[in-house]
Amino acid sequence: MDIAVILRTVPDPVEELELNDDETDLDRDYLGFVLNEFDDHALEEALLLKEAGGGSVTAYAIGTTDEVEQILYTAVAKGADAAVKLGDDVGALDAHAQAEVLAAALGERSHELILCGVQASDEIDGQVAMLLSAKLDLPHVSVVVGVEPAGDGLSVTKEYWGGITATYDVSLPAVLGVQAAQQAPRYVAVSRIRQAQEAGALSEAPFVPPTGSSGITITAMRIPESGTGAEMISGDEEAAADRIVELLQAAGMGGGA
Amino acid sequence: MTRKVNPKVAPDHVLELDHAVIDEMDISGHWNRMFEQRVIFDYDVAQLDRVTALDGGESMGWCYQCAQCIPVCPVDHVGSYGPRKIYRNLQLGQDLFTDDDLWLCTTCANCLRVCPKEVDMLQIMPAVRKAAVLAGDVPADLQDVFEKTARYGNPLGKNAKRRAEWTKGLDVEVPLISEVGRKVDVLWWVSDYPAYHPRGIDASRALARVLHHLGVDFAILGAEERHDGDSMLRAGEAGLFEMLAEHNIEVLNSYEFDVLLTTDPHAYNAFLHEYPQRGGTYNVVHYTKFLEQRLDDLGMTETIDRTITFHDPCYLGRHNGEYDAPRTLIGALPGSEFVEMWRNRENGYCCGGGGGGMWLDGLAADNQSMRLSEKRVMEAVETGADTLCVVCPYEVSRFEDAVKSTNNDGKLEVLDIAELLETALGLSNGQRG
Repeated sequence: MDIAVILRTVPDPVEELELNDDETDLDRDYLGFVLNEFDDHALEEALLLKEAGGGSVTAYAIGTTDEVEQILYTAVAKGADAAVKLGDDVGALDAHAQAEVLAAALGERSHELILCGVQASDEIDGQVAMLLSAKLDLPHVSVVVGVEPAGDGLSVTKEYWGGITATYDVSLPAVLGVQAAQQAPRYVAVSRIRQAQEAGALSEAPFVPPTGSSGITITAMRIPESGTGAEMISGDEEAAADRIVELLQAAGMGGGA
Repeated sequence: MTRKVNPKVAPDHVLELDHAVIDEMDISGHWNRMFEQRVIFDYDVAQLDRVTALDGGESMGWCYQCAQCIPVCPVDHVGSYGPRKIYRNLQLGQDLFTDDDLWLCTTCANCLRVCPKEVDMLQIMPAVRKAAVLAGDVPADLQDVFEKTARYGNPLGKNAKRRAEWTKGLDVEVPLISEVGRKVDVLWWVSDYPAYHPRGIDASRALARVLHHLGVDFAILGAEERHDGDSMLRAGEAGLFEMLAEHNIEVLNSYEFDVLLTTDPHAYNAFLHEYPQRGGTYNVVHYTKFLEQRLDDLGMTETIDRTITFHDPCYLGRHNGEYDAPRTLIGALPGSEFVEMWRNRENGYCCGGGGGGMWLDGLAADNQSMRLSEKRVMEAVETGADTLCVVCPYEVSRFEDAVKSTNNDGKLEVLDIAELLETALGLSNGQRG
């Protein structure tokens, strides 16, 4: 199976997050960026599918920063066959703009399966995969927790709320938003990443500037204020349980004991 | 010299029998039964060959099963791992590359000290681990630490830019060498736990006060310093070590200083044995040696009313032969009493933090009856000491946790020698953690 994986960098929460001067975005000049956790799972799932059934994996990422190159080299070191940088110093793109850039880049290519992380830790709206599938006119499933080859297509497990899952037969090509791979993302030795880097295992595809956007304008952004009033419950299990019940009832949850 | 023999059986009472039956059991032996081929060549040595074929793994094949290593192996005391057993298990088909046993060795070096065949676990384990790491077979806890160290330059995953934050609000100045703009006498290599861990910071602040008291012209690197890499190398992440060493050497070589002062024996070990061959040669001194040399200038005035025992760090003691400097400093603390644990100096017991063990608590828990640090704390309590003095930044948190988990809370306080010295010098504000 010829698989594409979409990778993306997100602000690293280890850094202190600060707002820009007009308080509408993070001050991105001083931020560090890391691979979006869900994209790491999408990559892992792609590599597992390739290992089980053959084929190839191509990793794509938008941007030109060192961090973008680093996540692409890491993908190659982990087993991706190719890595493509959609190069332009674009700053932050919203989900609509990202989907437009990706559709332009991927539309020409004949991948049978496109895997994205289900959401990213900066926007958390989970739109890229479904917008991309709409633009490419391909079937789509999101919140995917299992992918199995089945006949000419895939058997895809989607997670709903409350622990409910559903299994879909999906024809290919398709776009999936991956929540979790079958196993934790693998480790790749630093020396392998450096090998990929030294081999320059990275190509660049033309970047088509997006014309659309989500239409949402951020007017103000604030750092959450830390609250007060946390109560450390002491005493033995019985006393602690009683206190928890008391608190829940006071908050209007649960009936009489 | 002739030995007097007192025969239990008189020679004329010895019988020769073709067949002997005692209590209905035929105990007849063949005259040459000791000379028949024993079945020692029937093993499939494929797994052993995989290890000995590695660069660094050769000496695994030299083991002749004498088992001298077993009573001195700290892990064997709390589990089934032991160097001799690794050889035996390889004979029996163990795949060491994917076995938990691979990650239990703390590279404490006590087996090598007693091994008549020089089977060198300090080479073997990192070599096999390196192959496992390249294959992606890494325990999850360690994977997390490798990734954090590669990204942030410290295994705690703390913000690299905040490496010098421990100096904020300190009553003495700790200058950054980048801001000093001249050669300094001493460049202090602070290391990760002393820069980030609350109890490590206590020791760093204490050492800063002591250095200041001595009038030492010193500076630190702050955010330019990254993890020394030594433990990553022992844990098999050789590429990560190279990356860290390249960075650190480039930074160090851009400044002028006479002495490179290390807090961490693992960093001390790396600077002594690994960095020189990569272009980083420094006059490296562990802080215990540095302070021992200035003992006369310290002028300790305050009484330390404590009974103190001391834990030898493997990478200061066995690896690099320094046993006396910390003991001299403890001995000079006014009013204190010193007691040794029964395993000390060359035979000191390992805290469990070396060779990646610092970050493999989960794996150790699955394979050991207790943590090495717990065993050691119990030994310290047995001496009757009320204070366990440490000189390695891996140890404070390990031993403090072990004091609690062995129900010895309140009986034993774990203190860095720098903390004891600052109190003896009357410099301490008494606040910790």
